Amino acid sequence: METAFTPVASFGGGLLIGLSALLLMLMLGRIMGATGILSGVVVPVSGDFGWRAAVLAGMIAGPIVLTWVSGTAPVIDVPVSMPALVIGGVLVGMGVTFGGGCTSGHGVCGNARFSARSIVATLTFMAAAIMTVFILRHGIGG
Amino acid sequence: MRLLAAFVIGTIFGVGIMISGMINPAKVLNFFDLAGSWDPSLAFVMGGALLVAIPGYRLVWRRSGPIFDTAFHMPTKRDLDKRLIGGSAVFGIGWGIAGFCPGGALPAIGTLRADVLVFIAALIAGILLARMLQGMVPPAHTMAEPETERS
Repeated sequence: METAFTPVASFGGGLLIGLSALLLMLMLGRIMGATGILSGVVVPVSGDFGWRAAVLAGMIAGPIVLTWVSGTAPVIDVPVSMPALVIGGVLVGMGVTFGGGCTSGHGVCGNARFSARSIVATLTFMAAAIMTVFILRHGIGG
Repeated sequence: MRLLAAFVIGTIFGVGIMISGMINPAKVLNFFDLAGSWDPSLAFVMGGALLVAIPGYRLVWRRSGPIFDTAFHMPTKRDLDKRLIGGSAVFGIGWGIAGFCPGGALPAIGTLRADVLVFIAALIAGILLARMLQGMVPPAHTMAEPETERS
């Protein structure tokens, strides 16, 4: 399935993601990582549950409000099967837990700190995703 | 005020994910599909985010601490170990299979789409499974901050 090249919207969205990372550091002194925030809500740590639940609620509310204001729902096309979502979801959950972060935590915040761990993590998960898509789309049965 | 700030910051992130296209697995998978229907848009997401966060963090760190806390909470791990690399590789494989990453999927929850909710349930199951394997799921009231980098 082809998708349109959207450099302006993607860059604008990226600026907002960067802004949220900067504001969370300024206000609460925390890393804006979706993995850490979700983990801290499903397995609460005493005294650290509240802010994570508030950020998570905001993450969910943002697109709902934007959809309501703009009258345009987000474009979400899922070109994979339900079993692929289940297998992929479990692997993502395990991987980000062992790897200590995901695209937001390592990819944005960690790389912005010039953290060696985050740079290595980002190169690793990007390369693994590119190889996986190549194998699934152009290798076996592709 | 602290929780309100956290909520507003979350909405900015969620809106950014929606506008950028990171919320759309078709777009994410096309970014990875260099040999096929390649869509380079998501490089612009990372570029935009880093363009703000790199100088932004350095400005913020000139302060003695954040506004609503006494100190910045920074990751302390420094080692490039097997868990970091192996975990990140497994994450990348799962991302390439499903097309959603945690930050892309959480803002999509409000659509109440079955595929989104199935991915989120599997994501949480994966997190809990990994935490059990790490031996980090004692009873909730004795829960300690895990040693891994929280990001």
